[in-house]
Amino acid sequence: MNEGGALYQLTLSRIREAVREPGVLFWVFGFPILLSVGLGLAFRGRGPEPVTVGLLEGPGAAQIEQALDKAHIKVERLDEAHARLRLRAGKIALVVMPGATADAPLTYRYDPTPAEARLARVAVDEAIQRAAGRQDPRAVRDAPVTEPGSRYIDFLVPGLIGMNLMSGSMWGIGWVIVNMRVRKLLKRLLATPMRRRDLLLAQAIARTGSVPLEVGAIVIFARLAFDVRVTGSWAGLAVVSVAGALAFAGLAILVASRAQNTETVSGLMNLVMMPMFVVSGVFFSATHFPDVLQPALSLLPLTALNDALRAIMIDGAGLAAVARPLAILTAWGVGSFGVGVRIFRWG
Amino acid sequence: MDAVVCRELRKVYPGARGLGAGPRGDVVAVDGIDLRIAQGECFGLLGPNGAGKTTTVEILEGVGTPTSGTVELFGLTWRKDGDALRERVGVALQETQLTDKQSVEETLRLFRSFYKRPRPLETLLDEVQLGEKRTAWVGKLSGGQRQRLALACALVGDPEILFLDEPTTGLDPQSRRQVWDLVSAYKARGGTVLLTTHYMEEAERLCDRVAVVDHGRIIQEGTPRALIDQHVGTPEGTLEDVFVALTGRSLRDE
Repeated sequence: MNEGGALYQLTLSRIREAVREPGVLFWVFGFPILLSVGLGLAFRGRGPEPVTVGLLEGPGAAQIEQALDKAHIKVERLDEAHARLRLRAGKIALVVMPGATADAPLTYRYDPTPAEARLARVAVDEAIQRAAGRQDPRAVRDAPVTEPGSRYIDFLVPGLIGMNLMSGSMWGIGWVIVNMRVRKLLKRLLATPMRRRDLLLAQAIARTGSVPLEVGAIVIFARLAFDVRVTGSWAGLAVVSVAGALAFAGLAILVASRAQNTETVSGLMNLVMMPMFVVSGVFFSATHFPDVLQPALSLLPLTALNDALRAIMIDGAGLAAVARPLAILTAWGVGSFGVGVRIFRWG
Repeated sequence: MDAVVCRELRKVYPGARGLGAGPRGDVVAVDGIDLRIAQGECFGLLGPNGAGKTTTVEILEGVGTPTSGTVELFGLTWRKDGDALRERVGVALQETQLTDKQSVEETLRLFRSFYKRPRPLETLLDEVQLGEKRTAWVGKLSGGQRQRLALACALVGDPEILFLDEPTTGLDPQSRRQVWDLVSAYKARGGTVLLTTHYMEEAERLCDRVAVVDHGRIIQEGTPRALIDQHVGTPEGTLEDVFVALTGRSLRDE
């Protein structure tokens, strides 16, 4: 009774400490929601960008402008010098240069590297050729579709959940433990018959308890605000989230095991987390990094967590399909917890 | 059986080791301390800050380990019988900060949960006169109330020995007297006390025997009266005078 009591009281104590700290509530619930609002607005799915091109003065310029207008291409009438400037700044994708007479060949000046400029060339050329009377030999029809889960916000939300699970565990356990050491509370508890593993276990339990709340907050908000859906199983999402939170709980205990003050542990945690914010596919896919790095990147805990979350939320995968990332998370959790407890400094 | 027996206690904190510089700057915090405290006795360690009092007490209460030397409490050792001993000792460290945003009652419930046979919550609250403050957050308590809560936490397991590291440092006179009353009541119930202090009045009022510690060693030991008679010789002499006589320095403003 009393042994279970200690674990219960320690967990309760940890939960009280968290919910009575308004800052904690903001970082756990408010921050990820604000971030998804900001990024969701910045990258919201707009219609196709209108193409803007420059047009130099010359014979037939007026007809060209008319043809481009009809094709909904935005035209800026510019002189040579301005056109170069706007082209270099990326404000216009291409410059149309009329020839010496109305029938002389036109010149398209553009940088063929960006896809946008190449598309502009195709669109401009088609508009001008059609206006000049070109007939298309084959009739075609467009049937536009919107693939659910293909927008940036669909990609972003699982990444935000992963990032939040990571920082929630690191700050919520790593910082809290070091703070208890600074306050000499660890030492004081050491002088009681409390079993040491109960204290660490209580941290893990309290952390697990807050996972449904923080993941739920983001998932519900993303659904209401951006219609982001969880296409895979909810059980899978729950298992992956808890595995992620606990893997980072292990890392948090390792990072906090010897740090003597909160500044040190903050630095260490940022050292662990910052690189993963960049390389683990939170804001953009980790596949952008060179191929030789991919095997190493995929073994990072946040990469594994984000991969698993995306597989479940976007691809509709089940638990079996995320076995590999789950195994990676478990290895990180067990390994870092084992080392952390071994070198843990209570005094 | 004695409550505390320790022999040849030494604690050395290794200093920084520079590249190629060899060992240097080792700090000897405790330099061969022998102690014997009888059950039911109140024993005081006196000395200036940095004398090694806290290090000694932390080793005795099982939260620190000595570099060498032996410690026995009730004939048991921390290494072999730590779990059993922790049920039997009560500890108030110097400056433990209990969780601010937790109430008095919640804090005591937490500490009660660690012990096999905790004392009733109401008894503890009455004893330290915090019944009216039971729902107040620790962060809102005065210094004296906080220290009484720390004492309540130390008394939760009905300990046979109480370790108090500077229990009244920084408290106002009234709060100090309340702490003294608590310790006296505990003694009257037959408890053993080991306390450190640099307040001579505290030592004279509470302690049956005292040891004067300086530079990690005990330089004099005895009843307060005997020490005063031996080193000062006047009836109105104090332990403060004893310390000055022994070391040529004053105790408090180090």
